[in-house]
Amino acid sequence: MTPTAVTFDGVAHAFAARGGEGVLALSGITLDVARGEFLAVVGPSGCGKSTLLRMVAGLLRPSRGTVSIYGRPVDEPRDEIGFVFQKPTLLPWHDVLGNVLFPLRHKYGRATAADRDRARALIAMAGLQGFENRLPEELSGGMQQRVAIARALLPEPEILLMDEPFSALDALTREEMGFELLRLWQQRPHTVIFVTHNIGEAVLLADRVVVMSPRPGRVRTIVDVELPRPRRLESLSDPRFHEHTQRIRALVLDRAAAPA
Amino acid sequence: MSIPSESAPSSSTELLPRPSRLGRFWRAARGTVIPTATFLALIALWETGVRVFDIPSFLLPGPSAVIAAGTGLPLAQWLAHTVATLEIVLGGYALSILVSVPLGILIASSRPVAEALYPLLVVTQSLPVVAVAPVIIVILGAGELPRLVITFLIAFFPIVISTVTGLRATPPELVELSRSLRAGAARELWQIRLPWAVPYLFAALKVSITLAVIGAVVAEFVAAEQGLGYLIKFSTSYFKVPLAFAGLAVLAALSLLLFQMVVWVEKTVFPWSVPRQDDR
Repeated sequence: MTPTAVTFDGVAHAFAARGGEGVLALSGITLDVARGEFLAVVGPSGCGKSTLLRMVAGLLRPSRGTVSIYGRPVDEPRDEIGFVFQKPTLLPWHDVLGNVLFPLRHKYGRATAADRDRARALIAMAGLQGFENRLPEELSGGMQQRVAIARALLPEPEILLMDEPFSALDALTREEMGFELLRLWQQRPHTVIFVTHNIGEAVLLADRVVVMSPRPGRVRTIVDVELPRPRRLESLSDPRFHEHTQRIRALVLDRAAAPA
Repeated sequence: MSIPSESAPSSSTELLPRPSRLGRFWRAARGTVIPTATFLALIALWETGVRVFDIPSFLLPGPSAVIAAGTGLPLAQWLAHTVATLEIVLGGYALSILVSVPLGILIASSRPVAEALYPLLVVTQSLPVVAVAPVIIVILGAGELPRLVITFLIAFFPIVISTVTGLRATPPELVELSRSLRAGAARELWQIRLPWAVPYLFAALKVSITLAVIGAVVAEFVAAEQGLGYLIKFSTSYFKVPLAFAGLAVLAALSLLLFQMVVWVEKTVFPWSVPRQDDR
């Protein structure tokens, strides 16, 4: 059995709301994410998907239960984690290379020549060769998000957390970026937790898809995606792809339609 | 969509009709030609009006009278007055930046500090500085210090506000990135929040440099033996109105020059913070 990378054990989270009463965002989340697994989390907005990621990142403490990485409870941000946000959020005053190197400079105050070489290699891997010295404002949204992914990968995180990373992109770019991500993931295997509200994207990318129900967010079902890897454009026309997306869509819609 | 053809234009600019030489000159020059022409026309209208209606120069001197009065004062005196005013403007401006940026950082980083200081700041701004100036002179005497303080009081407020706004406008994702790296509050401030506040800061620095000129002149009106403000006040009280106008013109030029210098510093040191004018 593959060792576990991330464990959620009875995790619940309540946000403080106006008027003193807390709003329950997540409840009773128990889940294991295997090392090297690509896990997608889907669900309607407000099901606490992003909250889940922020707990793994150590940015939020669960109100109840524990989140562990390699068996050790997360009580502060850990070096094993890389985070890709919904928006690229690059620093407008740094060029592409500077943005990719930023986490190292920010954390250790310096970047070595070896770091620069690694950053250049990552930028090339992300398909941005020749753009190293461009400023973010000169890049398209898709290119900016590639930079953000390269930035997250530079410290060589073992666990990559992605919070709807492609949701700001147009449909074509989005599909392309999905395949790019798979290619990167195959070159450097690491555990990925990928939050999205795009069901097709989740099925195409992931080994397992966690379907969440809204308010409070709970794990409704976990769907094993039995599509052969490497996944290609043809995977989209595989009948199993359609079976899975249909099933997940039905699960999401069913809960969304039921009275709260 | 694309039609493969040998005569297809290689770039989009070739599709546009090529403007004539005169047309290109006009396009390049209209930005300066139109305002300059308007300005000269206004001067001419002013001169003509003053002469036609025979307006006495102690009420409204014509441009020629202003120039005559201006050149009548020795250059050394002009320089002395200008330098005196410039010292107060730049000193007060520097003081404003040195106090306001750290104050903005303090307010942005702590809610209790913000709650304690904000009302106080608003009170200082609701007091008309022109009215406070004589009191400050009484308290601090007649040296340079009260003039610097008056200039500071007029110029500092926008810098505080925009520093706070800029620091708070930092995208939460960048703050989370910083926290997830455990980089520490100092690096978060220095490498993320402060650079993020730069465009906001410069918006205020441009406003404040003109305010600093106003502050210096107000201070010189109240107590000074030198400076352009003093020159204007002195001239009007002796009905040397053309000289007062000349002083005003120098003051306006000084103010414009200082403003342009702030713009230049932003463009040169923080080119990324200036929105690009082409293609958007």
